[in-house]
Amino acid sequence: MIQIENLVKSFGAKRAVDGVSFAVERGEVLGFLGPNGAGKSTTMRMITGFMPPTSGRVKVGGYDVMESPLEAKRLIGYLPENAAAYPDMSVRGFLNFAAELRGLEGSARKKAVNHVIELCFLDSVLHQSIETLSKGYKHRTCLAQALIHDPDVLIMDEPTDGLDPNQKHEVRNLIRELGHNKAIVFSTHILEEVDAACTRAIIIDRGRIVVNGTPEQLRGMSELCGAVTLAARGATEERLSTLGRVEKLNGGFRIYPRDKAKAAQLAQEVVELVNHYGWKVEGMYSERGELDEVFRRITLPDTARR
Amino acid sequence: MRVIRTLVKRELASYFSSPIAYVFLVIFLLMTGFFTFTAGNFFERGEASLASFFGWHPWLYLVLVPAVGMRLWAEERRSGTLELLLTMPVATWQAIIAKFLASWIFLAVALALTFPAVLTVNVLGDPDNGVIVAGYLGSFFLAGAYLAITCMTSAMTRNQVVAFIVSVVLCLFLILAGFNPVTDLLTRWASPAVVDTVAAFSVVTHYDGFQRGVIDLRDLVFFLSIIGFALFATGVVIRSHRAG
Repeated sequence: MIQIENLVKSFGAKRAVDGVSFAVERGEVLGFLGPNGAGKSTTMRMITGFMPPTSGRVKVGGYDVMESPLEAKRLIGYLPENAAAYPDMSVRGFLNFAAELRGLEGSARKKAVNHVIELCFLDSVLHQSIETLSKGYKHRTCLAQALIHDPDVLIMDEPTDGLDPNQKHEVRNLIRELGHNKAIVFSTHILEEVDAACTRAIIIDRGRIVVNGTPEQLRGMSELCGAVTLAARGATEERLSTLGRVEKLNGGFRIYPRDKAKAAQLAQEVVELVNHYGWKVEGMYSERGELDEVFRRITLPDTARR
Repeated sequence: MRVIRTLVKRELASYFSSPIAYVFLVIFLLMTGFFTFTAGNFFERGEASLASFFGWHPWLYLVLVPAVGMRLWAEERRSGTLELLLTMPVATWQAIIAKFLASWIFLAVALALTFPAVLTVNVLGDPDNGVIVAGYLGSFFLAGAYLAITCMTSAMTRNQVVAFIVSVVLCLFLILAGFNPVTDLLTRWASPAVVDTVAAFSVVTHYDGFQRGVIDLRDLVFFLSIIGFALFATGVVIRSHRAG
């Protein structure tokens, strides 16, 4: 549904987006990660046709966003950064306005508006003006606007920003559900969202894609992946270090595999060691890897250099 | 057309949902009343016409029209809704036309509410109502020209005050180019051809025809080309912002 080829955007001498290419198909939820100023919002603005790219092309549903902007925009629902909406309008008025611009009229419009009101839990604020809403409601109003025409492509710039934990949970579930028959791209810096909602994640740094893979693959890049954490009475660092590098934790040990490819065996080996010496195990688990750590390792050196 | 209608409706509603509309209408009507009857010596003139009413409009609009139009684009840019609007299936020119039309309609409403002046002059005497209609038409186009210029300056900045001041200056220039004290000054050292050329750029020169009851095609073309040029420039400004 979305094809991006070699997208470049320069602001003066600075290249905010520098040769980004990727594709998103129907049924995919793509998480767009990166430090602040990495080029996430700029990329999204180019996908939605708000900003023309310096070079490269964006196709949405087969339409080039620059050559046939209206056709492409009809397919897209967009939640801009900080969820802008007309402050003087009521929630229902704003949704009616968005529906009308999307070409929905009469009973179809009524149905669409009522549907997104239900989807985004806006019942209680329908007649309030948007400027009086709390940040969470404002955000959901703007999200409702993006969903009103049941778009094939959904682009969301930090959809969970400023929401409370319950609302975050709801929005993530919503994204995952919608992802079954849409192509979704959303940006975030909350890494747990990648696990909660994405089928694929891209990490972008200083305008370039540095990682593009499933959440599993990303986690696999973690140093922690495959390590075994053990809390057992009697265990000593010396004995464990026969299996691999050992790190002493508060009340336990973490053993890193010598060879990542054989990481699966490590847990078995630890169990054998425990049985052999008769340690009393209080807790033991295999680490899946932490996205946080991967993210930091990939993007931190660059952030520091800036 | 559907898109433009929807956008016009929203713009108009936003005027009337905020105090701007009512404050503007009250001030506009009070000031037209004051200028017509007090400053314009309506009663002392001893003639059944609205010359004292229309004569002040270029000056009155100088302040009031930029006040109506300054928010059109500046506010959208400041609040970020511009991004929302331009990622909808809306062409930029549709948004430009719609915003201009909505404000122009609003100014037309304000102008229409001056109807008591027409009633007054008809009750007191026997005016040439054709001249009055032409006067209203001229006043409407004059407002449109100022408004289009304000659209342009509003698109240039996210600060409404800057938009307001720049519009006032530009419109003032359009008045002064044909203002008698200025043209008199010019005739002292410039050739009549130069004076006429400068004066031809003035809204006053073209507005005066309407006040005499003459609807000249050239005057209409003048106002329409100011509107067309300024709205085109608005499009250029918006495109250059998006390009970053």
